[in-house]
Amino acid sequence: MNIADLRHYSIEEYKKAYRSKEFTPTAVTRVFFDRIRELEGDIHAFLAIDEEGAMKRARELEEKKISDTDFPPLYGIPIAVKDNICVKGLQATCGSRILRNFVAPYDATVVEKLKKAGVIILGKTNMDEFAMGSSTENSGYGPTRNPLDRERVPGGSSGGSAACVAALEAPLSLGSDTGGSVRQPAAFCGIVGLRPTYGRVSRYGLVSFASSLDQIGPLTRTVDDCITLFEVISGQDERDSTCAPYPPFSRNDIPKDEEIPKIRIGIPNEYFTPGVDPAISGRIREVIDLLVNKGFPVINVSLPHTDFGLESYYIVALAEASSNLARYDGVLYGFRKEGSFTLQEMYTRTRTEGFGKEVLRRIVLGTYSLSSGYYDEYYLKGMKVRTLVRKDFEASFQNCDLLLTPVTPCLPFRFGERSRDPYQMYLADVFTIPSAMAGIPGISLNCGYQDHLPIGLQILSAPFAEGKLLGFARYLEKLLSIPLPFPEKMPRKESL
Amino acid sequence: MEKCYLTIGLEVHCQLLTKAKMFCRCGTDYIGKEPNSLVCPVCMGLPGSLPVMNRKAMELAIRTAMTLHCEILPRVIFHRKNYFYPDLPKGYQISQFDFPIGINGTLEFMGQGEKKKVRIKRVHVEEDAGKLVHEGLNIPSECSGVDFNRCGIPLVEIVTEPDLHSPEDARDYLTMLRSIVRYIGVSDGNMEEGSLRCDANISLSLTEKTMGVKVEVKNMNSFRSVYHALEFELSRQQKCLAEGKKLFPETRHWDETRGVTVSSRGKEEAQDYRYFPDPDLLPHTIEQVILNDIQSNLPELPLEKKERFMFDYELTETEANVLVQDCSLANFFESCIKELNKPKFIANWVITEVLKNLNDLRQDIQHSKITPAALMDLLKMVDRKEISGTIAKSVLEDMFQSGAKAKDVIAKKGISFMSNEKELEKIVHQIIEQNPQSIADYLSGKEKALHFLIGQVMKVTRGQASPEIVKNILNKELSAERSLCGPREPF
Ligand SMILES: [Zn+2]
Repeated sequence: MNIADLRHYSIEEYKKAYRSKEFTPTAVTRVFFDRIRELEGDIHAFLAIDEEGAMKRARELEEKKISDTDFPPLYGIPIAVKDNICVKGLQATCGSRILRNFVAPYDATVVEKLKKAGVIILGKTNMDEFAMGSSTENSGYGPTRNPLDRERVPGGSSGGSAACVAALEAPLSLGSDTGGSVRQPAAFCGIVGLRPTYGRVSRYGLVSFASSLDQIGPLTRTVDDCITLFEVISGQDERDSTCAPYPPFSRNDIPKDEEIPKIRIGIPNEYFTPGVDPAISGRIREVIDLLVNKGFPVINVSLPHTDFGLESYYIVALAEASSNLARYDGVLYGFRKEGSFTLQEMYTRTRTEGFGKEVLRRIVLGTYSLSSGYYDEYYLKGMKVRTLVRKDFEASFQNCDLLLTPVTPCLPFRFGERSRDPYQMYLADVFTIPSAMAGIPGISLNCGYQDHLPIGLQILSAPFAEGKLLGFARYLEKLLSIPLPFPEKMPRKESL
Repeated sequence: MEKCYLTIGLEVHCQLLTKAKMFCRCGTDYIGKEPNSLVCPVCMGLPGSLPVMNRKAMELAIRTAMTLHCEILPRVIFHRKNYFYPDLPKGYQISQFDFPIGINGTLEFMGQGEKKKVRIKRVHVEEDAGKLVHEGLNIPSECSGVDFNRCGIPLVEIVTEPDLHSPEDARDYLTMLRSIVRYIGVSDGNMEEGSLRCDANISLSLTEKTMGVKVEVKNMNSFRSVYHALEFELSRQQKCLAEGKKLFPETRHWDETRGVTVSSRGKEEAQDYRYFPDPDLLPHTIEQVILNDIQSNLPELPLEKKERFMFDYELTETEANVLVQDCSLANFFESCIKELNKPKFIANWVITEVLKNLNDLRQDIQHSKITPAALMDLLKMVDRKEISGTIAKSVLEDMFQSGAKAKDVIAKKGISFMSNEKELEKIVHQIIEQNPQSIADYLSGKEKALHFLIGQVMKVTRGQASPEIVKNILNKELSAERSLCGPREPF
């Protein structure tokens, strides 16, 4: 068996092969580590690789006697986890130098669930520092390269999680989405990325960037794998009071095949502006035409406050971030600037040296908008706009079930292309931010290629309507039949 | 010096008596524990951890607010108070800001014999911080550590309006507040152990209508130190004003050993805490049923109880005050009088003997070995005149120490009840013979002499005789004496 044999394997197929003893979890895990060794030098999707722990775990799983009917849902499935999600005994740097020695002493709720479901954790993936960025260029440990074009960014902040799945260094991974950090890198790397409804997946053990926006989401090669992974990680958690009292997602929530064509599709005007790369809007128009031909009810809708989404997001998210990042002060864990300082100097030097430039910029912005005298003008206003953005979506879901939009206005860009101008970088998330502000779920689906660069289609639904969302996404995936990425080592662009 | 107008407002923090911390499940019994042994990712503020509200703590805070006659704001919203300090692992404290759990309350207390009323501005809930531990004798120390055992323990903060006008008032208010939080079972209110902490805002003005400059006094660790610190501040500020010096707003720390307040950083660089609603804790509305339940289970308060004791049991104000200062003592007393309806008699025993024994043993009534039933077994014997008060006192002392029953102690001590009249008669005869003068006095109508004679018998029997029986025998013997003397003519 080699990695090329596994390029089309789904979770169900791995499990079938394990059951029939066609191959074993250790053999599969070994193949993935070989693949990681082959490609990591180019891609740098991982910040930490736990080969010893993973192989040990694979052997343990094999030794356990499991009846054919009682197979755990992710038995023997390797997975990569973003470095801002705590896995006991592994580092959790969040891509930041300030946490470079930090080893998580506990498992995040999602990790507990994954372990119970039988996964094998391969390692921790690269990310923009504290999930602040859209290209993984803000990692304190060097950027990740897009497996489909090594001169381009993989998106961010879950760039490592998206790249490792696209490169098949791991069959699936977990990322986190605050303003688009799962969907945008999934789009840039040509894979599937789901942002669940806010409160559908426990945040306990996810290092906070912006508490009211952060959600953990699956990154997978297929919608079906996304469904399986989402079933495992979703559900209420008594350790996270923002986690909704709602049962875990189940594939039984997905409408029956014959119900799918009745799903009403809305096309929001505000997502098809001249600022969108014509290759992207053109391809998505083609998909819409295809759906119309298939008899789907498609209507135009308007989300009038879309333009304010970005600005209000940066106010609310950064205000929360400025407070969430206060704990990295050099006292209890992480990096501390050593020297003979006063307490105040120790704080200042530790934080100035420990955080990267973008994180410092965001802390300053967030601190400013919470300061007395500015609170009403910025934070409070930002929260009010957020309500308007949410109401836009609520109104549109009166008339349709799902919204179809581009994930990003641009194709994967080159390194350095946007990192000099923060606002240009922020614009890469302009279509994923409003739905994050509204707390609604969204999925990113590869809907085609412009040359070798993937184009992401975003599907949004009302809160907790992931059943419809995933059912439709699976239908569309089959309809479009876009080839899965399988990059070679250092390919030339022409070869893709 | 001209007259000055003193205004004091107090901010009191009480640790709530919950089993778990405010936002995690760690225990709260931190006294004497190994540093950092009562901690978890949540109260240590580790990356990725999230707070979950302790409902019990909210209920205790609501009980406090209701007792202080506050208006309850049932929509619970927690804010983050952002500032950096090593004992604050998250870089912010979770507290309440513009929606405290209670507002606009009042508290009545007795201040120098007068009933006084303080307005309560707000009652809110927050989490406690950790504790800095410094090593070595130097300041600044070579090494400082942080103990997070206390971090995250629920606190209720009770803020008064500036309605207090003397250090005595402040102390008496505090005494009443402590008594109340103990009464309603929300806090043990122990200032020395830090479960009740008090900061004071004090201002002195030359005119009644204006407020002076606000000075905050911190680090007062006992009721005494609150009183002394405020007294010191009062005279310091008076002196300043008299010398024409300007007072400025500042925070001062009470130095217990030197008996002075010392200025810490001036308040000019006012902190901006950047309060905002904690996005990790969604707003939560306390259900009306729960509020009703708390309201209907509020216990009687010290002042109410005192008045009832004076009225129902005809106790003096002093007696009632002593009994109600500790709710469990008051309950103990009331259990006792259910067994024997002689409140005055029992109150007297509880106030003197029971409290004396508790003091000697450094116990409170809850932790003592005496139950109301056990005490009443003894007092009923006293009441029936089976044993003397003196004997009962020594029996009680033994009961406090051993926890034994009155009967067993009496048997063990070999105390006979001396109800054997023959034996007593012998002693009485002896006393009569030894005290002819008293007999003469008695016979000439001086009733007092009888008491003297009883006393003598008691002395000889070392208090073991029943005074009632002695009196009967004496009466019998003396009336015999009288009839013998009656017809006898003097020589
Ligand atoms: Zn804890």
